[in-house]
Amino acid sequence: MESKINRYSKQLILINSFFILAWLIVSVFPFIWTFWGSFKVKADFFSRADWMFAVTGVNTLIETGDTSTVKAYVESWTEGEFWKATMNTIIITVSVVTISLFLGTLGAYALSRSTYKYTFWILIAALIFRAMPHITLVSGYLFPFFQLNVWGILPTTIIVLVAINQPFTLWLLYSFFKTVPKELDESALIDGCSYFQAFRFVIMPVMWPGVVTAGLFSMMLAYNDFTVTSLLLNQQNYTMVPKINAYLGTIEHSGNYMWAVSSVVSATAPLFMIIMFFQRQLISGLTAGAVKG
Amino acid sequence: MPHRTFFWFFFPSGLAMLLFIGLPIISSFFQSLHIEPEQILMEVEKCDPFGCKTETKVDIEATTKLQEEQPLGRFNGLGTYGDRNHLAFDEIKEAWTNSSSIAEFTDILLNLPFYKALLFTLTFCFAVTPPVVILGFIVALSVNTITKSLKGPTIFGVILPMIVTPLIGSLVLFWMIDAKGILGSFIQFLFDDPNLSLKSSSQLTWITLIIYGIWHNTPFAFVVFYAALQTVPQDPLEAAIIDGASRYERVRHIVIPHLYPVATFIILICLMDNFRVLEPIIGFAAEGVAQSLSWMIYNDLRSENKMLFGSAGATSMLTIIGVAILLTPVLVRTWREFRTER
Repeated sequence: MESKINRYSKQLILINSFFILAWLIVSVFPFIWTFWGSFKVKADFFSRADWMFAVTGVNTLIETGDTSTVKAYVESWTEGEFWKATMNTIIITVSVVTISLFLGTLGAYALSRSTYKYTFWILIAALIFRAMPHITLVSGYLFPFFQLNVWGILPTTIIVLVAINQPFTLWLLYSFFKTVPKELDESALIDGCSYFQAFRFVIMPVMWPGVVTAGLFSMMLAYNDFTVTSLLLNQQNYTMVPKINAYLGTIEHSGNYMWAVSSVVSATAPLFMIIMFFQRQLISGLTAGAVKG
Repeated sequence: MPHRTFFWFFFPSGLAMLLFIGLPIISSFFQSLHIEPEQILMEVEKCDPFGCKTETKVDIEATTKLQEEQPLGRFNGLGTYGDRNHLAFDEIKEAWTNSSSIAEFTDILLNLPFYKALLFTLTFCFAVTPPVVILGFIVALSVNTITKSLKGPTIFGVILPMIVTPLIGSLVLFWMIDAKGILGSFIQFLFDDPNLSLKSSSQLTWITLIIYGIWHNTPFAFVVFYAALQTVPQDPLEAAIIDGASRYERVRHIVIPHLYPVATFIILICLMDNFRVLEPIIGFAAEGVAQSLSWMIYNDLRSENKMLFGSAGATSMLTIIGVAILLTPVLVRTWREFRTER
């Protein structure tokens, strides 16, 4: 039914389109600008003389013989060892997503099906854990990890990220499992299945929408993390984000700075593509906890 | 579900959280009670052709040995909490007795590292949140009215600042705001001042960081409001039209009351997330003028040869207390909800 509610005056539509367009520019333009600038040399991207140089690439033409160059990309990936950081990011992201979904689905299923009071306290504890600033946790890790000699390696970071990620995954999957009708697995239990069998054969086939959403958030956490990875990994094992920070920290010669710019583009592009694909799941996840409240 | 089954289902997840979230908090607290061992000094008599001198030197051997015996350092009780870099009781007392006016006292107080960081963290939290809620709401209303086919791409564009990690997001903006970047030179042109730079004064840097915070957090508020807008009941809206309510009146008296609970949720999440602000400070290279509580901890742990575990632990504990205060309303609300559910 097309009601009057959705009828707008011309004036309103005009103001509205203008506003949305302006807001889109604010949120998208910085990324476009950085993408464009990453193909220029530093003298153009940070140009004292005229900001138009970053668009036209005057100095890039002088320095490299063309108006755009992939020099920064080639150098950062080879000389700057960004390939290694990419590998580490892939290893960490894939492991974190797999492990935290495995633990999270089991735990959240149990929480959603148990009727005892302690489930509430567990969920509250998870909420408190979710609110802990990551840096305070890291300050607790460092000393024991040094003593146990497990600092700086990938497996430690993976386990830590899985644990940090658990509270949010549990809450997300808990509210998802609550929407799966109880009768579904109860009937399986009556037919003589154990809880594990009911989970395996009845719940698993229908849980994928929730799992995809939870997986997306785990992925973003692992992929984007800076606090944990920069303090718990040694230089050789750095993932993309701390690596970019390291490029900035080194003594600034013009090449290095553009490494950071090009690496920012290399790191963001895959993320944007994944989000473009899974936008619907991302939004449903963000609102799962909110809208019902 | 029987207790036993529940236990086995929940065990792996619970263990992970207990070991890597619960224990570190205790470990942090334990560290905060200790302080790095002092260096052992020794007197060495040095003789050269012009005579003999006694010098005090660090006894490296003894110091290393002491460090091996007590890797955490010596027990210091709650001493670290009261020292100059944390709650600074002595300095406050001294300032209170010596300063002639309240203004002078606050000036001294806010130059102490901990209070300086607390001031920035709270300013950031409370300056970012209200604009985020308002802008998020307006953008959500606005996106809700556009043609269906354009909605998907528009939403994608709007949520981009939220998806990227804060470090990358702040770097991207920082490069534009740089005096030699596009926005930086535009601002110079606007104010006709070729030396104007947003990095030049602390107020400008704070404003820049807050603007970044708004840019980064608005998409979250937008997404939640947008989803909530889909659930606004249509009947009262139609009734309002029949009664002759204008669009503004409809939004003011029907839509906004419907969104109140959602708004409180956004405010709390926003406050909680911004309380841990760290990456923007690094991204904007603003360490000099803007330190947050998280940044203080990060700074204590950054240097590889001498990490100040005690100091970092104490700041962590104080930060956790801050988070707990912010979190109380959420917990009370969840408790009430849980009570009504059963």
